[in-house]
Amino acid sequence: MNTTTALFYVFSAVLLFAALRVITARSTVHAALFLVLAFFSASCIWMLLKAEFLAIVLVLVYVGAVMVLFLFVVMMLDINTDSLRVGFWKHFPVAGLVGALIALEMALVLMGGFRLTEAPVADAAAIKMGNTKLLGIEMYTKYLYPLQVAAVLLLVAIVAAISLTLRQRKDSRHMDASEQVRARKADRVRLVKMAPVVELPSTKDGGA
Amino acid sequence: MSLGPITLGHFLSLGGLLFALSVVGIFLNRRNLIVLLMAIELMLLAVNLNFVAFSHYLGDMSGQVFVFFILTVAAAESAIGLAILVVLFRNRSSINVEELDELKG
Repeated sequence: MNTTTALFYVFSAVLLFAALRVITARSTVHAALFLVLAFFSASCIWMLLKAEFLAIVLVLVYVGAVMVLFLFVVMMLDINTDSLRVGFWKHFPVAGLVGALIALEMALVLMGGFRLTEAPVADAAAIKMGNTKLLGIEMYTKYLYPLQVAAVLLLVAIVAAISLTLRQRKDSRHMDASEQVRARKADRVRLVKMAPVVELPSTKDGGA
Repeated sequence: MSLGPITLGHFLSLGGLLFALSVVGIFLNRRNLIVLLMAIELMLLAVNLNFVAFSHYLGDMSGQVFVFFILTVAAAESAIGLAILVVLFRNRSSINVEELDELKG
């Protein structure tokens, strides 16, 4: 058993334990933190598979951005966790059955083959270039158009998330710029022609 | 105990176990919307693990490019999901899935 094998088993054990705690943790904050651990060990496993760039991206994007977003939302909302856990174990028999069934079916499929032990040896030029550069070449030549579509998808996600959560305060005294521009002189000032009226000085009590 | 070298099957089994665990999580946490979103993230992680493993053992970079796109879609999905969650909490003061029966479906 060499180092890689030992590392694989350690990381897998941590990953499965973290995933188990994510789905059973009592507090949602704990679940989010265990999800961070799960992503981290998954990224270590990707390192074993020589996918360095994706491993780093997983840590940066997921642990750095998505999980912070999760934690932010969890802490912002005042959630009564106990009411959400009523009857938590009631459906466990069904859930366990379905989970075991899925695992069993996967095992049946995986028993048949997939005994590859060694990756095909890459040529010297590819090894010298490294994983990141290879991925970049692939992405910016063969997959350029899907990459642009993915960028547009992210833009749509930004717009959707902001427009969903944007809230106008009811008591804010904002100005409507278009209404300001549309205003004419006639709307503001009204000139009225009227006959001059001179009031007579009163003489009842002003004589003294 | 001799465990032998790591095969492609090891990584695929790990992905399968992770996927089964998150399915169980969706069954158990069927009330808590946030944990449901986390279980979906775990499922996507399991699928990504399969892609990276195949990409390594078959010597094809396309698998890793696909993982890149899945990460993009997953990030967009969780951002919009959490935004919907925040709006939901503002309107109902609760994220209990079983109380969401406005549509009478």
